[in-house]
Amino acid sequence: MGGVSVKGLTKVFAREEGAGIVALENVNFDIRDKEFICLVGPSGCGKTTLLRIIAGLERATSGEVRIDGKEITGPDPSRGMVFQEYSLFPWKTVVGNVAFGLEMRGVPKDRRLSIADEYIRLVGLEQFRDSYPYELSGGMRQRVAIARALANDPDVLLMDEPFGALDAQTRNRMQKELLALWEKTRKTIVFVTHSVDEAVYLSDRILVLTPRPGTVHEAVDVPWPRPRDRTSTEFATIRRHVLRLIEDGEEPGKV
Amino acid sequence: MRWLSHTMRGRFLGGASLVAAAVIWQIVADFVVRNPFILPSFTDVASAFFGLLGSGILIQDLTTSLIHFAIGIGAAFLVGVPIGMAMGWFPDANTVADPIIEVIRPIPPLAWIPFAIVWFGLTPQSAGFVIFVGAVFPILISTFAGFRNVPKVFVEAGKVLGCTRSRDLIRYVALPAATPSIVSGIRIAMGVGWMCLVAAEMFGVSRFGLGQKIWWYYYLHQMPNVVVYMLVLGFIGLLLDRLFRHYVGNMLLKWQSGEVV
Repeated sequence: MGGVSVKGLTKVFAREEGAGIVALENVNFDIRDKEFICLVGPSGCGKTTLLRIIAGLERATSGEVRIDGKEITGPDPSRGMVFQEYSLFPWKTVVGNVAFGLEMRGVPKDRRLSIADEYIRLVGLEQFRDSYPYELSGGMRQRVAIARALANDPDVLLMDEPFGALDAQTRNRMQKELLALWEKTRKTIVFVTHSVDEAVYLSDRILVLTPRPGTVHEAVDVPWPRPRDRTSTEFATIRRHVLRLIEDGEEPGKV
Repeated sequence: MRWLSHTMRGRFLGGASLVAAAVIWQIVADFVVRNPFILPSFTDVASAFFGLLGSGILIQDLTTSLIHFAIGIGAAFLVGVPIGMAMGWFPDANTVADPIIEVIRPIPPLAWIPFAIVWFGLTPQSAGFVIFVGAVFPILISTFAGFRNVPKVFVEAGKVLGCTRSRDLIRYVALPAATPSIVSGIRIAMGVGWMCLVAAEMFGVSRFGLGQKIWWYYYLHQMPNVVVYMLVLGFIGLLLDRLFRHYVGNMLLKWQSGEVV
């Protein structure tokens, strides 16, 4: 299970003097179990902060996040996270990285290696099982990071612009692979991205945030089956709509 | 093939350069200086070396020095790494310890020799203590820096994967991430420790030791023997560094690309 419910979420970053910076203000939304959600919005609108609060890496100033009714108090392996930067442990091999979460939970070695191998196969990196991260390309590293998050069998997979640093072709391929993985594993996914194209291609629903203080501007449903054709008219229509929503909020000169 | 011949060429030139230096040394000593007290010749030193090696005394000095060195470096590692870890990980530990360390650190290790003798007597521990003082700060500071600079994303990745307790984060995330820094600190410490060794031994903490014998043979005006001990000190220092780099560095840091340490 992995229903996420965000209620009245506000985040204020304290400053040494004067009033703090309000990053998020009264954010409310619900994510159904097994839903694929993308968070988009202008730069600095607090998308990443929101994701980090759901992960438990950051504390909300007020409001709450519940997963299947249980309030979040800190980081927990029930919510996997894939970071924008390369977050693989460079001192561990691919299999060591993927098995790390299981190791922390005290899963016996044989068992955790066989589970890790399963997820490495799922992302198509069997040949690189014993390689170190520095030997892998950017796309491969992010695939390992996804496998590492999935190996913990989380209820929710949080992804913070995971393909942001990849070139356009690799990015498209990774999107396709992610959808295939999602079909197989059926996790709830919350995906932060700058790319409206990526959001329309991937998600069931796009949450568009307003500029700081961020709050949900509109939730846009993307009801079509996958794989989606990026060049189709309806794709372009939704893209235009989402882009306009983002631009709406942006005042000129305030980037 | 070209690469091989290139390496061979390098080796050949390096060897030729050493031979040339020895020949020049011999000529200058025999025909220019002509005073073995001021400049013993290469052959004087070579025969002194075989004499000292044959009598077994050189080996005994080397063993004694390596014991002093091991005591000092071992203690520096055991003290420096945990304190550096604590200071790097817990800001409060840093606030408390930093002023004390900044006051003690600039004191040259050799200034501790009187207290080394008062506290430990004329024992190997006494020499070890002086080496310890020289070696502990490079290890402590590089451990501290390694822990302070653990990328935040590794810590957060560890947390979301279920590694949440401070103890586990230190053991499974921060310590491996800081290892390259700790290893290079130990390497620097070994260099400093080797220098302290000679000075510490000159104060007569033992009847043996490479540094002790340099002073001893100087008193006896046996300058070829002094040169033998100087060269052995240099050579063993180089060897220790190479061994450390090769074995420890490669074993602990095989996950790093490019040049190790």
